[in-house]
Amino acid sequence: MDQIVLRHVTKRFTTKTLGDIVAVDDFNLNVQEGECFSFLGPSGCGKSTTLRMIAGFEDLSEGEIELCGRPVSVKSKNLYVPPEDRGLGMVFQAFAVWPHMNVFENVAFPLRIQKMNRADIDKKVADALRHTNLTGLEKVYPSDLSGGQQQRIALARAIVTQPKVMLLDEPLSNLDPKLRESMRFEIKELQRKFNFTIIFVTHDQSEAMAISDRMMVCDMGRIMQIDTPENLYNKPVNRFVHSFLGESTFLNVVIKDGQVYAEGDMEHPLGLDIPDGAAEKMVVATRPNSIELTGGSDGYRTHVEKRIFLTDRTEYLVPVGGQMLKVQTPHRVSFAEGESCCVKLESPMWYPAEDEQAEKERLRRQLI
Amino acid sequence: MRFGVRKNKDLAAIDGRRISLDGAMTVLSFVLLILIVVIPVFMIIYHAFFYEGHFSPELFTSQLLDPGNLASMWNTIQIAFWVTLFGTIMGVFYAWLLGRSDIPAKGLMRALFNIPYMFPPFLGAMAWDLLLNGRSGYLNRWLVETFHLSGAPFNINSLGGIVFVELSYYFPFVFMQVVSALERMDPTLEECARIAGAKQFTVIRKITLPLVLPAISAGALLILISSLAHFGVPSILGFSQGIYTLPTKIYATISRSGGSFEGIRQGAALSIMLVVVVAVALIIQKKVLSAGSYDIIKGKSMRPTLIKLRGARIPLFILAVTTLVLIVIVPLVMIFLVGLVKAYGLPLIPENFTLNNYIKVFESSGTFDSIKNSLFVSISAGVVCMFLGTLIAYVVQKIKPRGKGVLEVLSVLPYSIPGTVLAIGVILAWSGGLFGISLYNTIWIILVAYLARYLSFSMKSSSAALLQVHPSLEEAARTCGASHTESLKDITLPLIRPAMVSGFFLIFLPAMREVTTSVLLYGPYTRTLGVQIYSLRDAGMMPQAAALGSVAILLIIVCNTIVTQITKDRKGV
Amino acid sequence: MANVVFKDISFRYGDNQVLKNFSMEVDSGQILCLVGPSGCGKTTLVRCLLGLSKPDTGEIWVGDTCLFSASRRINVPAERRNIGIVFQDYAVWPHMTVKENVLYPMKKHRVPKQEAEKRAMYALQQVNMTEYANHLPSQLSGGQQQRVAIARALVGNGDLIVMDEPITNLDAKLREQMLTEIRQIQRSSGTTVLYITHDQESALQLCDKMAIMQQDGSLCQIGTDEDIILRPANRFTFEFIGVSNFLRVVRRNGALGLDVGNAVIPWQAELPDGLDPDKGKGVELGVRPNDIEFDPASPIRAKVRRCVFLGSEYDYFVDLGQRELRVQQSTLAAVRAGVMREGSEVGLRLLNPRYYEAKEAKA
Repeated sequence: MDQIVLRHVTKRFTTKTLGDIVAVDDFNLNVQEGECFSFLGPSGCGKSTTLRMIAGFEDLSEGEIELCGRPVSVKSKNLYVPPEDRGLGMVFQAFAVWPHMNVFENVAFPLRIQKMNRADIDKKVADALRHTNLTGLEKVYPSDLSGGQQQRIALARAIVTQPKVMLLDEPLSNLDPKLRESMRFEIKELQRKFNFTIIFVTHDQSEAMAISDRMMVCDMGRIMQIDTPENLYNKPVNRFVHSFLGESTFLNVVIKDGQVYAEGDMEHPLGLDIPDGAAEKMVVATRPNSIELTGGSDGYRTHVEKRIFLTDRTEYLVPVGGQMLKVQTPHRVSFAEGESCCVKLESPMWYPAEDEQAEKERLRRQLI
Repeated sequence: MRFGVRKNKDLAAIDGRRISLDGAMTVLSFVLLILIVVIPVFMIIYHAFFYEGHFSPELFTSQLLDPGNLASMWNTIQIAFWVTLFGTIMGVFYAWLLGRSDIPAKGLMRALFNIPYMFPPFLGAMAWDLLLNGRSGYLNRWLVETFHLSGAPFNINSLGGIVFVELSYYFPFVFMQVVSALERMDPTLEECARIAGAKQFTVIRKITLPLVLPAISAGALLILISSLAHFGVPSILGFSQGIYTLPTKIYATISRSGGSFEGIRQGAALSIMLVVVVAVALIIQKKVLSAGSYDIIKGKSMRPTLIKLRGARIPLFILAVTTLVLIVIVPLVMIFLVGLVKAYGLPLIPENFTLNNYIKVFESSGTFDSIKNSLFVSISAGVVCMFLGTLIAYVVQKIKPRGKGVLEVLSVLPYSIPGTVLAIGVILAWSGGLFGISLYNTIWIILVAYLARYLSFSMKSSSAALLQVHPSLEEAARTCGASHTESLKDITLPLIRPAMVSGFFLIFLPAMREVTTSVLLYGPYTRTLGVQIYSLRDAGMMPQAAALGSVAILLIIVCNTIVTQITKDRKGV
Repeated sequence: MANVVFKDISFRYGDNQVLKNFSMEVDSGQILCLVGPSGCGKTTLVRCLLGLSKPDTGEIWVGDTCLFSASRRINVPAERRNIGIVFQDYAVWPHMTVKENVLYPMKKHRVPKQEAEKRAMYALQQVNMTEYANHLPSQLSGGQQQRVAIARALVGNGDLIVMDEPITNLDAKLREQMLTEIRQIQRSSGTTVLYITHDQESALQLCDKMAIMQQDGSLCQIGTDEDIILRPANRFTFEFIGVSNFLRVVRRNGALGLDVGNAVIPWQAELPDGLDPDKGKGVELGVRPNDIEFDPASPIRAKVRRCVFLGSEYDYFVDLGQRELRVQQSTLAAVRAGVMREGSEVGLRLLNPRYYEAKEAKA
């Protein structure tokens, strides 16, 4: 069942310096019950605005939003349900736990607002605290707790009313990397237990991929692609999505006489299969660790120009024609600088060459 | 790229050779604070309990048990209580209205709400006295004539009147604190409560208000201390009806005794009572609000959602405008108009207007002397305090010697000592009693009192700036080849210069309109501007007092404009 | 150009012995990255070098100048040590323009005005900040401010520049770029650079040599990036430099085996000299997550507990007996061999194993 539905959702702002801006441009999406769905994109892509429209903190300029089958924002009918009546749970980046209340009071607040009786409150709060590993800290004030614990309070407060939909606005960005990883699992664990739908907003692609069932990649107020993490990573629809998810390395290629050559070296073909409908000039995109680097003779023959050790792998810059290809291998695959080698691109993605122009345009607009 | 040849020999003899600039500054700070703060305070205590070298508590007990004194103590407490209560409510209400609602003309109103803060309260009291004096107030008379009433409907010369006037000048303390707290508050704290299911007004009650409680209590404390120690308003509104507060009682006691030593000793004993009241108030405040402060400034700065007032928008706007008119415009207009009228009591119509008052005021040498005196003491106090405060701030913040806590307490202490009390301490210390140095009846004694009174202002201003100067800035200079003294001169001082300048004005402006201490310290030739206005009014020359008051207001407005201009173009810090 | 020698430096802060007989040499004209967990005493060492803190014992030499010697009672004051410094928080003086900032050290050393001007402009050119010469720091971004700080350190002295976490306050993209620039500037100026950081990744990208400091303030290994990565000298280096798995090596009935809690897996290995499972604290095998491969034929059987897709790789937590191992499978390998689903049984091959003395003796 579709739990969250956005139809033609558009948000326009008027700013003094930039004039009219379309922050969210005709968003259409359905999020299913029990799904963990991420909004991913660089800052200013419209992900946070979309979340705030779902929460009810922002009005729509056009379109409609449905939650659990109930319309909550419909611009054409001027329908608007205030945030407190949408039955959501929400966790913010800055934790937003109330410093003047102790842990128990923070978590009990939503229930007290509902005028629930004391015994039920005690039971539900204890339950929520148990699931977030906060039992025993009921009387402690947030200022005495660590960032991770504060974020757990925020989680406990969000789950205590057992909402159907949970909105998470960069909830892990203020935590240190180690904690971030373990909190991811805790959130998934809570979802399993309480069975809610998650909208997870983040600009961190690895976080989004690790946590989501499906995700939406957006840029400059437009949806680029909606799919599962694996499909997004392995079959990005355009160059932006390719470079935004994980590391990428690009090669400008020329197709001539049924062979693919790297621009700058028209003598040695790369040995790639030509996809249907390829133009003469294309861009080949792949991942640095999906390129095979061998000492044999299988593939394009070249040498190691530069070797950089990273903590968990070694990175090689390998010239292909006039261009540099980035290759990454585990430390145990070791080539010295200057050593000759062969590279082989494994099932790369193909993008039209003019994409590069679009990319430049994108950067330019970002600078403005 | 070496800078000349370095020889190990000439670098070797460094250890041990440290001219202790730090040490010298520390000692100097202690000495100055003892002279300026400790001695006057000590003298009050000494003279209240000792007579000619013997312990004699009789004076103190007799003063304590005097029914008149007890009555004035009770008045002081009552006034302070009501002013604090209403001032806090009013400050919070308007802070919320201007900080969180969609009321129109916010920017302008915020600027206007800050005006009472710079307006001398005793001039406001004068204005209200002119309007609502029980016998001769303009408004009262008009009301009686128009509605054929048997008696004046309002009497400003009452406890209620004093509370009302003080209130209108003190509520900005809370207002300003709360507005800035609301501004810095992370809006997601409130949004979270909405998501949790709370309605708008529940959020205000359960989240917003508790969160700004520390700001509210800080502002309320300022009101409480200021009101307890306040002299101007009760002296102008209360004397005619025999309503005294402790500060005015001290003044009355001393001036009745003609400045005799006995009178000053009685004043010292009364001062102890006042200090005790202030101290008790401080302790109660601390106990009641020991909730502690918490960090509400977090996360990305987002513009908070403004609350739609809907139907209440216009009525609340009118209420706010009315308040502004009442506390800002009415007194201002009144002072200007009465300054123009031929004689006090004549109707305020153009036929009765004249510039004679101004001419008279400026013809009298007393006026010029008073302006000159005020400028002299205010500028001197400002300059001296600016350097002294920075010195102490540097010692406390950067050198951190043993006993830095003592330094801090000593420099902030005079802030909670009422001006009247300080004046008596200064008289006792510097009229020949202690070192044989007599400054009595000279301008210097006023300067010494101002120094003690305002030192904490510049010290706080410089302290805050010094905290911003990260140690690595000085260390970077050291490694670039600057000695300790040079890095102070080249880096630290220029960096806190804006704070020092604003520290100067923080002192200069209130000093220009000061009346509480100077009224006890002035001599025949050392009247200050405030004292001059006060005495003109005392002598019954209302229109002239009002004319000089108008001049004072203009002077303050001009100075204030200059300050804002100067502080605006701070150089990139 | 000058080398730097720390000899037997000890520093005590209250009851806390931060450094104890610390010795290290920074080669002339190189970048040495001093890496260690936070609180290991890196910054204390720098402050001793700069003359902002005074060690209790030892000597510090820059080139042939002795800056500090406890025994000879030499302690050159900070302002006369001529060491360029770049701090984490930039520490550019906000009341001076970019150029004034850069001119200041030369002013303090009485460099003739024209010469100073020339050198300042050259330094600004090196950090690409010429066009901002008359800007105030408040008009610059964090990265630009840090460039000013570097220029200031460059003009002060060509011998030695100390950088204390200079890129920590910058965002990820800018960090990369600054590293490249620091590298270039060092190459063109030939200055000796002592670079302090807690971040191994940036140290690896920058260094000629890397020194790893342990929590207790002692030097753990010093060498080129290749030494550190391919030949980690001890368990601490191996563990500090990346994600690692450890398994205890035991001897049962004369044969070696891996202790996985509830069983001992037979294991054949040539242990390095001096390591013996029955001597001292015993021996541990260390292996990187991306050096573990899935191999259905392998006798080492484990069960996949958790599988997370991270884009470039799949991150697995697998249970081997009672031990938990982290395994990384590159997406390429996953495409070829398939993704191991949670709960499935797999065979593991441990490639490139290393043997170190165990951290603690076996209970």
